[in-house]
Amino acid sequence: MTTTTVPQTPTAVDKAQAATDVHSQEFLVFSLGSEEYAVDILKVQEIRGYENVTRIANAPDFIKGVTNLRGVIVPIVDLRIKFHLENVEYGGQTVVIVVNVGERIVGIVVDGVSDVMTLSPDQIKPAPEFGVTLSSDYLSGLGSLEDRMLVLVDIDKLLTSEEMALVDSSTAKK
Amino acid sequence: MDITDFYDTFFEEAEELLGDMERHLLDLDVDDPDPEQLNAIFRAAHSIKGGAGTFGFVVLQETTHILENLLDHTRRGELTLRRDIVDTFLEAKDMLHDQLDAYRNGAEPDPEAFERICRTLKQLALDELGKSMGGDTAAPAPAAPPKAEPEPAPAPTADEPVAGDSGGDAGERRLCISLLDVGDKDRQLLVEELGQLGEIASQSGDAKRYDVHLSTGVSNDDIEAVMCFIVEPEQLTIVDEGNSGSPVAATESSGAPTTSSPAAPAAGDKTAAEDAPAASAPESGAAKAPDKPGKAAAKPAAKPKGGGAESSSIRVPVDKVDQIINLVGELIITQAMLDQTASEIDGVTHSSLHNGLNLLQRNARDLQEAVMSIRMMPMDYVFSRFPRLVRDLAAKLNKEIELVTEGKSTELDKSLIERIIDPLTHLVRNSLDHGIELPDARETVGKPRVGRLTLSAQHQGGNILIEVIDDGAGLSREKILAKAEKNGLSVSDSMSDDEVWQLIFAPGFSTAEQVSDVSGRGVGMDVVKRNIQSMGGHVEIMSRYGQGTTTRIVLPLTLAILDGMSIKVGEEVFILPLGAVLESLQPSRDDLYSMAGDDLLLKVRDEYLPVIALHHVLDVAEARTELTECIVVIVQGEGRRYALVVDDLIGQQQVVVKNLETNYRKVPGISAATILGDGSVALILDIADLHRLSRRKSGKRAAVSTPSAQEVLPS
Repeated sequence: MTTTTVPQTPTAVDKAQAATDVHSQEFLVFSLGSEEYAVDILKVQEIRGYENVTRIANAPDFIKGVTNLRGVIVPIVDLRIKFHLENVEYGGQTVVIVVNVGERIVGIVVDGVSDVMTLSPDQIKPAPEFGVTLSSDYLSGLGSLEDRMLVLVDIDKLLTSEEMALVDSSTAKK
Repeated sequence: MDITDFYDTFFEEAEELLGDMERHLLDLDVDDPDPEQLNAIFRAAHSIKGGAGTFGFVVLQETTHILENLLDHTRRGELTLRRDIVDTFLEAKDMLHDQLDAYRNGAEPDPEAFERICRTLKQLALDELGKSMGGDTAAPAPAAPPKAEPEPAPAPTADEPVAGDSGGDAGERRLCISLLDVGDKDRQLLVEELGQLGEIASQSGDAKRYDVHLSTGVSNDDIEAVMCFIVEPEQLTIVDEGNSGSPVAATESSGAPTTSSPAAPAAGDKTAAEDAPAASAPESGAAKAPDKPGKAAAKPAAKPKGGGAESSSIRVPVDKVDQIINLVGELIITQAMLDQTASEIDGVTHSSLHNGLNLLQRNARDLQEAVMSIRMMPMDYVFSRFPRLVRDLAAKLNKEIELVTEGKSTELDKSLIERIIDPLTHLVRNSLDHGIELPDARETVGKPRVGRLTLSAQHQGGNILIEVIDDGAGLSREKILAKAEKNGLSVSDSMSDDEVWQLIFAPGFSTAEQVSDVSGRGVGMDVVKRNIQSMGGHVEIMSRYGQGTTTRIVLPLTLAILDGMSIKVGEEVFILPLGAVLESLQPSRDDLYSMAGDDLLLKVRDEYLPVIALHHVLDVAEARTELTECIVVIVQGEGRRYALVVDDLIGQQQVVVKNLETNYRKVPGISAATILGDGSVALILDIADLHRLSRRKSGKRAAVSTPSAQEVLPS
């Protein structure tokens, strides 16, 4: 199994910033198609390759199936399909980000992981109310970084939402 | 480190020991007791006493001490067992349990109960031992003086005169302990033990007689108690020599030169028992005193012999075990990967590498199997607590009941095992109280006087079935309906039996004529149902009026190990629970019949079974569609039989059941998942649910699309 560690914080400056400013947050930046998204790094357990996924019958198409993560059965969700991106391909470069959501572990398929960013509160703008495929309910904001824009995904809300069909609605209520 | 850190360990250990004690007591054949069992009971009491002493649980220690004395007499055959004596022992065991609970909750045990049980036990000792005391005066082993060996001169100056207290604790004394006819190995052990009890001044002799001169503060009785774990009392003589100034020890040695005779401890007991009527503080204080050194001494001694039975288990947190299970799984995958790589290497030039890898494979599999079995516990763990319950309840209810257990070795995950105990206890109580009739009533309806209660466990169709079966009166449909009506439940006479039986799970429902302290308050069955449901299972009741009731608990597997058959459809591998598989065959065209459009039937030995194609139900691509080229597996689940069409059978294997719902959700037609040898995940099919899913699907298909041409048409 290929398991790569989370990329290191790019610069020492970022690190220092993180240490001084308690309110700044670190995000793992990943790409879906040409867009850049980010999740709270504390939610990320590991990053691994896409392989050995067992299909689950009668599940939505963006649920690719389940895989074995060191003895734990983990569902794999392809965000590219969920977000209706074109060119959904699986190759050696396809990456799965394993995240902890509540007490669950879920793998999300993305096109690639670029880096880890530290964002201070003033760099995080509220998400505008828009979006048909990705409701702003599932966003924690937009990160602006010079000429880049990061879509900050509230992975907890997204993955436990009913439309993701990852959680039994009956068990979710309990 | 604080001693309280060890409290938990002691409590758990003591609980286990009490469980052992109870089991042995129940198993005991009163007329012809097995000495091994008596010893085991004694050892359990002894170990608890030791622990209780160490941690200062005085009441517990005293109670066990008295019990232990009695048990000691029993195992020496001085006390003849009777039914009521065993009952008293069981009662004492319960008391010990209560005391243990009290200590665990940081409270002092109930002093009244303590005194009561002490009195009972002492009275028993007085009554029973008084009779057999007479013949014990003659000491079996003569305390012959040492033979020719030059006796090392005792050093009287070294002995400090210490006033002994009321018990046998007599300060530092010189003792000559002679071992008669003790083998080399045992002797070494004994001498070692003695070394721990005191200071060995000298030792000499041969196998026939071996003298050890010891200066010690431990009483003769306690030394003997220690030694008796290894040798018979007859093989031992203890002579006081050069002891200066301990009056107690002096009388002991002069009055009874050989303390090895059972008379000595018995006499001590007798004196203790004589003041039993006035069971009071000073007396219990006296009982405690001789015990103190004894426990310190006996503890190490218990190990060599008891080691096999008592300390054969260790306590490990479950999550540690789970971690190991997962890690071993990873190891297996790594090994499979290595294998794959190695298969591309030339086998001739690298034969040693291949041999090594083969060895690794074998070892890894063995390791996996061993590790997986750790979490599993046999149902015996649950069943073994019922003989006592049934015995007590039967006595209380004046019923005669025979308990039968089946499938004790069925393994179930530890977490489930623990949660099943309460509901099961409830069901058993119910069966005893309401189900099985009084002996006379049974006789009048032509049933044997002795009612039969069966507990059984088995794996079936990916579930574990636990059944409580009684041959009692059965449920009365009329009574239940009447009662339900009174309770304001909506009922009708046209309800099926199954529906009627389900009514008893409603809160506040009881058909017992009268509320007893056994059951009948009506808080039972709804709680049972809730508990089972919280484990993801359900309860079924089957009952025939006048013939008995079967309550069946169906539990899904969580981490149970399942015997599975792996099958292949298209490129996908699934696991069928082997328990659900009846047979497999390749169908011939002549045996296939179509019915009402899409439906197919397969004729197997004059039986027409519905055919369900797995690739249809689970939408598997690239599956074989020509039925006669496929394999048909006849399966059975929840009483339904059907023919499941798959591409190939791969083989049988044991798989660890992994819950899909931990990180995902319930999947229709799938009960759980497992990890195959190559690290990939395979889904375990739920036979009954697959059937429902198939019907739903074909229903939908029929509704949505116009019936299309069949893929397979029998000619």
